[in-house]
Amino acid sequence: MHPALSIILFTTLSGAGLGLGLWFGVASYGANNAGTVIGAGTAILLSSIGLVCSVFHLRRPLRAWRALSQWRSSWLSREGILAPTALFLLFVQAGALWLESPFAPWLGLTAALLCLAAILATSMIYAQIRAVAAWCTPLTPFLFIAFAAAAGAFLACAVPGVPVFGSKGFAVAAIALNIAAWILQYSWWRRLDRVGTGTSTPETATGLGQMGQVRLLEPPHTGTNYLLDEMGYVVARRHAAKLRLIALILGCGFAILLLAVGIAVGHVPAFAIFAALLQLAGTGIARWLFFAQARHAVTLYY
Amino acid sequence: MTSLPSKTERSLGLVIDLDICVGCHACVVNCKAWNTGGYGTPLADSDPWGPNPSGAWLNRVHAFEVGEGKDAAVVHFPKSCLHCEDAPCVTVCPTGASFKRSEDGIVLVDESKCMGCGLCAWACPYGAREMDPSAGVMKKCTLCVDRIYNENIPEEDREPACVRTCPANARHFGDFADPESEVSRLSRERDGTDLMPEQETRPTNKYLPPIGRNGAAVMEAGGCGAPEEGQVELQGILAWVDRTLERI
Repeated sequence: MHPALSIILFTTLSGAGLGLGLWFGVASYGANNAGTVIGAGTAILLSSIGLVCSVFHLRRPLRAWRALSQWRSSWLSREGILAPTALFLLFVQAGALWLESPFAPWLGLTAALLCLAAILATSMIYAQIRAVAAWCTPLTPFLFIAFAAAAGAFLACAVPGVPVFGSKGFAVAAIALNIAAWILQYSWWRRLDRVGTGTSTPETATGLGQMGQVRLLEPPHTGTNYLLDEMGYVVARRHAAKLRLIALILGCGFAILLLAVGIAVGHVPAFAIFAALLQLAGTGIARWLFFAQARHAVTLYY
Repeated sequence: MTSLPSKTERSLGLVIDLDICVGCHACVVNCKAWNTGGYGTPLADSDPWGPNPSGAWLNRVHAFEVGEGKDAAVVHFPKSCLHCEDAPCVTVCPTGASFKRSEDGIVLVDESKCMGCGLCAWACPYGAREMDPSAGVMKKCTLCVDRIYNENIPEEDREPACVRTCPANARHFGDFADPESEVSRLSRERDGTDLMPEQETRPTNKYLPPIGRNGAAVMEAGGCGAPEEGQVELQGILAWVDRTLERI
């Protein structure tokens, strides 16, 4: 599949923002005003940047508002409704915290649940596509949620003025979560290597399996086309093994090491900013591979 | 609404006879010609006369080689939208642009609602949907919805452009919901097959597999090349000439 930059930025940044929103929603009690503004503000800003990036993937962006209409059947539509609603609730929760309203914890819990639902909806846009066997697995939603939660936890460690986020325990939990996310990513990669195009083959694609093995003799066109550009993406697949290693080293190894040093020297927030950036860089590379390595069933016709 | 109808009154679609198709691409060209002037925006190309021509087409003919050695065969394989009963392209659409008609089962795109996200093309395992390079909306086979119900054209033209133009009669159009229709009968008698049934899309269009060739005897005699001298028994005047020459 074609790894469009707009989509990679969308899933990575809005995932991280919603992940931070998830933690801010459940663990922001006792936050001072600075912590409230920075915590909720970063979550809303990152997710909004991600959502704006996704609009750049549209050929007719002025019609994007129509994407809010088909929530009954479409995960993309559900995502389009859930993400802005979650961000709005985070904003309301931040206001409640600022005003020391007793409703703040409840608003936070609702915002957190909506953040979780929005991340799930993002993942289901891909996990529902049976034509891409590598994506079509329950592992995909878990992968997206784990990465969003880990990135969010790393970002939360850098937020000052929130008692829970400042604790050593939370930083340790963030490290544990990130390890879990990358273990999940590793098993997802192992499955991708095994699954290919799933049960579909050139024989089932043409219905000619009874006559023997099917090979392409002549493609239907001499040049390229939309299907090949979008679904038949093969550039740099050969670098996949190296890229996986780089993603693991940056997003898992170095990010964790940096946060661990922060814990050891007692300066978690300062170290957490750079650890979060490394984690996001690793996630971005992993997301590039998520698209570039996935094989679509239509490639069986070529 | 991008939910699928639980049942359609009719189930219009195509039967494509792989035994007959000669791979002339006439259906491809006529499809392009009709849909450039028919339903929706013109079916555009990018760089059509330049070094890297590309463009949106709703029907394409692949050629496959099947089997090994003596049994190998070339199969020309036209591919267009199969108007699936469980069309995954419809349910993923976030804007309501994609829909399956409950009256005849045709899967269509309302181009005025399409935002060009391309998710439906990802959801289709068959590659039936292509983005229009100039209008930025998704294009797909309409089963020539602007021909089949069109009372302004002669009755014999009220079938899809690909079917109308096929010089070999390899394409048939009709209602699969009617068990007595030509397409239902052909599909029943010739083991009409679904493409990628494992994708659980339940395609309406059926493909008739090539009929096994009856050249088995020739092959046993030593391949399908020219017969060796003496293998063929001459008859009539040729036999007389052969005998006479033998005697000289």
